[in-house]
Amino acid sequence: MTEIRSQLRFILNDQDVVLDEISATRTLLDFLRLDRRMTGSKEGCAEGDCGACTVLVGRVTSGELVYESVNACICFVGSLDATHVVTVEHLSAANGPLHPVQQAMVEHHGSQCGFCTPGIVMSLYGMWMQNADPSVSDIEVALQGNLCRCTGYSPIIKAGQSISAYGTVVADPLVIERQAIKARLEALRDGRRVEIGEGRGRLIVPASADDLAEVYAANPQGTLVSGATDVGLWVTKFMRDIGPMIFIGDIAELHGIEASESALKLGAGVTYSAATAAVTGSFPQLTELWMRIGGQQVRNMGTIGANIANGSPIGDTPPPLIALGASITLRKGETRREVKLEDFFIAYGKQDRQPGEFVEAVTIPSLPEGEQFACYKITKRKDEDISALCGAYRLKLEGGKVAAITIAYGGMAATPKRAKAVEAALVGKAWTVATVEAAIPAFAEDYQPLTDMRASAEYRLLAAQNLLRRFFLETTGEGERLTREVA
Amino acid sequence: MNKQSPITTSPLHLSVKHDSAIKQVAGRADYIDDLVEPEGTLHAYLGLSTKAHADIASMNLDAVRAAPGVVGVLTGEDIPAENDVSSVHKHDEPVFATTRVVTWGQPLFAVIGETREAARRAAKLAKIEYRELPHVTDVDAAVAAGGKLVTEPLKLERGDVEAGFAASQHRARGRVRIGGQEHFYLESQAALAIPGEDDEITLQVSSQHPTEIQVMVAQVLGVPHAAVTVNMRRMGGGFGGKETQGNLFAVVAAVAAKKLNKAVKIRPDRDDDFQITGKRHDFVVDYDVGYNSDGKIQAVTATYAARSGYSADLSGPVTDRALFHCDNAYWYPTVKVNSLPLFTNTVSNTAFRGFGGPQGIIAAERWIEDIAYALGKDPLEIRKANFYGTDNNNVTPYHQVVEDNVIHRVIEDLEQSSDYQARRQAILAFNKTSKVLKKGIAMVPVKFGISFTATWHNQAGALVHVYRDGSIHLSHGGTEMGQGLHIKVMQVVADAFGVPVERVQITASNTGKVPNTSATAASSGTDLNAMAALDAANQIKARMAAHAAFIYEVEPKDVQWEFGGIRAGQQFVPFDELATSCWMNRVQLSAAGFYKTPKIHWDRTTGRGHPFYYFAYGAAASEVTIDTLTGEYQVDRSDVLEDVGRSLNPAIDIGQVEGGFIQGMGWLTTEELWWDGKGQLRTHAPSTYKIPLASDVPRIFNVRLAEWSINKEPAIGRSKAVGEPPLVLGYSVVEALSMAVASVADYKVAPQLDMPATPERVLMGVERMRRARAST
Repeated sequence: MTEIRSQLRFILNDQDVVLDEISATRTLLDFLRLDRRMTGSKEGCAEGDCGACTVLVGRVTSGELVYESVNACICFVGSLDATHVVTVEHLSAANGPLHPVQQAMVEHHGSQCGFCTPGIVMSLYGMWMQNADPSVSDIEVALQGNLCRCTGYSPIIKAGQSISAYGTVVADPLVIERQAIKARLEALRDGRRVEIGEGRGRLIVPASADDLAEVYAANPQGTLVSGATDVGLWVTKFMRDIGPMIFIGDIAELHGIEASESALKLGAGVTYSAATAAVTGSFPQLTELWMRIGGQQVRNMGTIGANIANGSPIGDTPPPLIALGASITLRKGETRREVKLEDFFIAYGKQDRQPGEFVEAVTIPSLPEGEQFACYKITKRKDEDISALCGAYRLKLEGGKVAAITIAYGGMAATPKRAKAVEAALVGKAWTVATVEAAIPAFAEDYQPLTDMRASAEYRLLAAQNLLRRFFLETTGEGERLTREVA
Repeated sequence: MNKQSPITTSPLHLSVKHDSAIKQVAGRADYIDDLVEPEGTLHAYLGLSTKAHADIASMNLDAVRAAPGVVGVLTGEDIPAENDVSSVHKHDEPVFATTRVVTWGQPLFAVIGETREAARRAAKLAKIEYRELPHVTDVDAAVAAGGKLVTEPLKLERGDVEAGFAASQHRARGRVRIGGQEHFYLESQAALAIPGEDDEITLQVSSQHPTEIQVMVAQVLGVPHAAVTVNMRRMGGGFGGKETQGNLFAVVAAVAAKKLNKAVKIRPDRDDDFQITGKRHDFVVDYDVGYNSDGKIQAVTATYAARSGYSADLSGPVTDRALFHCDNAYWYPTVKVNSLPLFTNTVSNTAFRGFGGPQGIIAAERWIEDIAYALGKDPLEIRKANFYGTDNNNVTPYHQVVEDNVIHRVIEDLEQSSDYQARRQAILAFNKTSKVLKKGIAMVPVKFGISFTATWHNQAGALVHVYRDGSIHLSHGGTEMGQGLHIKVMQVVADAFGVPVERVQITASNTGKVPNTSATAASSGTDLNAMAALDAANQIKARMAAHAAFIYEVEPKDVQWEFGGIRAGQQFVPFDELATSCWMNRVQLSAAGFYKTPKIHWDRTTGRGHPFYYFAYGAAASEVTIDTLTGEYQVDRSDVLEDVGRSLNPAIDIGQVEGGFIQGMGWLTTEELWWDGKGQLRTHAPSTYKIPLASDVPRIFNVRLAEWSINKEPAIGRSKAVGEPPLVLGYSVVEALSMAVASVADYKVAPQLDMPATPERVLMGVERMRRARAST
């Protein structure tokens, strides 16, 4: 039986925060702005897209204190136990010298209306602590989740490149004080489950995976929240009552990454950022795809397991993982079962998940020698945009013929779905233009996509077909792709 | 800041930093929602229509009133005087709809709660019954339904177009669709109203037009303008979206504040802001252009149909300005154009950076492009063949003579610096061999008319005080939305008094200090307000100089202003000492300044006049690569050259040019407004509406000011306006995309991409080209 603590404890800038009462749905941004009257972090969209509310959250993971940018607007206070929250107010005192990031922004005329500016400062700060000499591309990645409507970004990019001219990382307070803060955070992590409140406002932070299994089995009506990049909007946009909320983002066992010869196993709580780093060696295609999910803040918050469990037809995790033959581990209490990922999605909004059951891990088999794999994402805007469609392909050729092919698309049906008619039209045939062209009509059997604000049905179908053509060209060495290389 | 700065030169024409830069990076610049709230502040939230067009059968708000934390509910019946906020006084914009809704998202009521969350949650509990009516959401449907207009259309005509067509060897006929655009100011609409004694009320707003807020609050409350004071420190972005669109929010806060005698704040969620407020007008332009084999245009006729939304708002002047820019930089021997500001059951479209001008210009660039493809030439050649002359061929469709034409030099300069011709050749060669990827390049000019076309708006006021310690207090009629207006006016005042810019304290725009102001709009903020501030400074300087002559017993002609003070004969008196001396000797150190733009006039009924004081020019060359399998693309390089006359502040101006270009590029590429069949806007948040990111900026982005330029007119410091003209240059990206698409059919067919040119539209253009190639 896990011990229970009815207090949430974290560090906010240089202050200890101890909360005996906090609603499960209280966002960090409202906590800062309304409860603490700290108005430096702004609300631009309340859905994790504009980045005006960006703050850093420091967590001790694998023995190291790491600060990552997050969107305070969709980050619940309940998810912050034993963390260090750093806001723009922490960077410079009134009438004191500016922080190097801030000074660089001033010197390069990086603010106009100034509303996005605190968030941009925090994103650049998070980047600079890890990379004091960033390239333009590095800065573009750091700013993927920050919208500026005034400047056109050029002066901000120049500022980002010149931060080190105004100070050094080693002299940064968060670097100097890192060990002390880490010790304070470790002291806050006491192995107890946190439970506060009752009914709809109740929040539970399980202490471990076993504790989660116990808590969720007892509260199957509860809402599991890991990164909150979707659940956040249920609260900020739809004002849904979704308590009790069970915060699972900090459960160490769910962050496991195990790589073996045969497979890569990712805990359900592995964030996109961590997963992207983990797959870079084995599946660079996934890295490229997942680096286009949300902004950096969203990738630091959102998790692989939740993207799957959520069941969205437009998530960017399922199509490539279905193509790769991934499976998931579902757990309820002490019972675990393995499900092929493609079988998990039953219908729109319906997955093969029982009450009280949660996704514990995802297992991605290694790509067998000689097989080819690719995945592509089509959006209106290249970065930080939800897929109009996402296609993934795994091909096994034997003697120039298609021995096996798995094709899966997101955005083309009510669930992430395999193109079985197209596959059937390809299997056993010579891998040629003629074969691919002959298979193209089969797309209409597999998919009858919708027209919506992201794309028309006509475009979706045509682009899906053309992505197969692209895959073919790439397997024959004739592929050409847009590449954004910035000096 | 009272100490004399070591700086000994004027700050004018230097890259002085934005006055709020330090506060902004530190998170200490306050926006409406950041202000310290008065004790007991209440919060308003709007209840919105969920039909595009319907009679309201019944409205049951019992559950709303009974919800926890609700203090009161306002409906149309609670409006003390007039239930209308039409900025052009057409009585077509109720604060709250009472009997019929004419757009999805139209306000029906407001909930006043102890917290914003309580009010927002309660607003969802309303039970509204509707009797639905047919709705029209776009231009085609509006025309099909009879083409009802929201305001009087305009016609411009010069020469005999029939004769022009008769003299033409060829015709270009077509239709171009140009999408709308959401402002996406990062700070949403917001207002805080604080009740005062008797009729009085004070508001803190995020608005480009504090005077109009004042007028509207007075109108709705039924009190004199003098009872309403509006304070406006800064906006978190405006772009035209806070010219009239803040009226509703301010008025609701004001009515609630007076009714409940508490401070009331209102701030919609981003999604609601999208669904309530107007946007840039979408246009459908039908054109018929006569031209000859040398590419020279002989006759132009065109109809500019705009999705105006449910009320007039500024649709009249917006569509007028589209017509004023039907020529861009080109001389038409004969021309006849007309506007159609169409009623639609959508949000009431409004001002947006460029104010219809960009749409007018883009249509002109479209027929230039058509002519080029038909003749097998580079569109740039056709442009050059049709540019306005300097001494002849220089009369616009509205009969104003273009007196300051520098477009030839702008194009020549940019053509050289961007290496345009060589790169075009390289791209033609690349496209011959590349299978999937294709490239395009295009150079596009802009000529933009500067002044409000409603002549009476071209006036401004300012208030300047010199305190006895030599510090200077400045307030003017303009508003700061990030564009750097305040720092420019501060530079002008500092230069006038010969003091460092830090000596000048800018204060919030306030209707009690400077009355009857115009909107900060039409790129005119600096032109108008800096001149008014200079007038005020000059009045005070004259008194100070006269005082110096008197006490140092020299002739007035022997008193000279120098940086840091005044020289009276052999005596040098520091500015602060002189200020003290003036006060001791009872010299008035305060003045109200005024300015009205000279030379301009306009008669809308005859379509003749001189509506623009001068023109601002510019050009951009963009290069793109497209993927012909998916329509995805990237901008490889853009070179921009902008004529801002003699820049008052090059860093601020460059920021306007860069930001304007990217905003224009976003409008015409990825920013798509999409309504569903029920008439609901479904792209109503950044998750669905995609403005440019840092990674969308051209990979190479060279932005310059035309340093050789000087305004022919005696505008402030011989500078030119900069806010709007660069936005149009984003069109260069679309035309470059068009060339890349056209390469699929060997440039024989003009792709006629509609805008926004999303990857989908690019791919569909490629498909059209494939079909065209197959059929030849």
